[in-house]
Amino acid sequence: MRPLIAILRRDLIHAFSRSGALLPIVFFLLVATLYPFAVGPDPVLLGRTGGGLLWVAALLASLLPLDRLVLEDADTGMFDQYAVRGIADETVAATKIMAHWLSFAPALMMAAVPAAALLRLDGDMLARIEIGLAIGTPGLAALAFGTASLTTGLRGAGAIAGLLMLPLAIPLLIFAAGSLAPDGTGALKLLAATSLLLTAGAPFVAGAALRAMRE
Amino acid sequence: MRATARLALDKIACVRGDRLLFEGLSFALGAGGAALVVGPNGSGKSSLLRLVAGLLRPAAGSISRTGELAWLGEQPALDGSQPLYRALSYWADIDRVDKATVAECLGYLGIGHLAEVPVRMLSTGQRRRAGLARVIMSGAAIWLLDEPANGLDAGAIGLLQSAVARHLAAGGIVIAATHQPLEIGDALIVDLGA
Repeated sequence: MRPLIAILRRDLIHAFSRSGALLPIVFFLLVATLYPFAVGPDPVLLGRTGGGLLWVAALLASLLPLDRLVLEDADTGMFDQYAVRGIADETVAATKIMAHWLSFAPALMMAAVPAAALLRLDGDMLARIEIGLAIGTPGLAALAFGTASLTTGLRGAGAIAGLLMLPLAIPLLIFAAGSLAPDGTGALKLLAATSLLLTAGAPFVAGAALRAMRE
Repeated sequence: MRATARLALDKIACVRGDRLLFEGLSFALGAGGAALVVGPNGSGKSSLLRLVAGLLRPAAGSISRTGELAWLGEQPALDGSQPLYRALSYWADIDRVDKATVAECLGYLGIGHLAEVPVRMLSTGQRRRAGLARVIMSGAAIWLLDEPANGLDAGAIGLLQSAVARHLAAGGIVIAATHQPLEIGDALIVDLGA
């Protein structure tokens, strides 16, 4: 347990100290600010499309730190040191996924409040977005870390990771957007199932990728 | 605990890419035992150490060990942006080592005055000393040192040799891969070039 707490704390300090954690939030708010300028301030249109837009922004925001999630630690040999101490790669990956989630999801959920105001979304819609974000962002974090570890060491890894992740993120996006509809409970359950699947599977994918990197 | 430290390699073969680096390699070390892995570049010295560390899997054979490992690899595994003391404290925390020991090891290796300097500002040799400090303070019984003398000056090599001697006297095990002459008591020489 002790090493895991140390890893979690180090990753969080890293994320917050390099303003890396601020970037996704600024990006998220930027999208919400620019969108009404692009499509016009029609409240009906904004109300209908705003929720989905916020989800697209959330998805892209989780991708922003992708290139440094794994690369730096792999380059400096941190993973070797964990392995020598008998800490399983899967455990390290799960811990780092949690750190990544903590570094952007809670702040994103807070930023969703002003973003919803900018898009003139009503309270009901905001509540549905927040519930969806709470359920869906662990899946996003897991997916981001999994793809980052699969592509670490490749040339142009950031772009490839994005390309690899996007199709896998589409189910999340579809169910998240579906959950915004008034009768969206079914979609919300599917969102939860998808997110759970990704969160449970990603540590194993990432662990295998970290091991393969050493070979 | 250290008196029971043990490491045994049984008919190990190592394949990297499509190349067989070595095969049928067997040796065993008990408490206080040391091995010096030598051989020309590319003969598999680092690979042998990574096999023992569990970072690579042997193509054949088996490795058994009793005792924890400390690994000095090519990379420092320290946060470049953090001051040396903080970066080492991270590992001290994981290895359950108290702060006094961190400071003591830094002092022993002659880098105590660099405690507040960010790791990325350190020279190669200073980083190497920091890596050694992590190995020494870890309290692990089995030390795996990959080219430990790389980048070290004569004074630091002396410190390294006396640290190894102390560790062996306390019942530890040391395996070092090196292409430089390194004086380690009556170490078993594992020549991969032969």
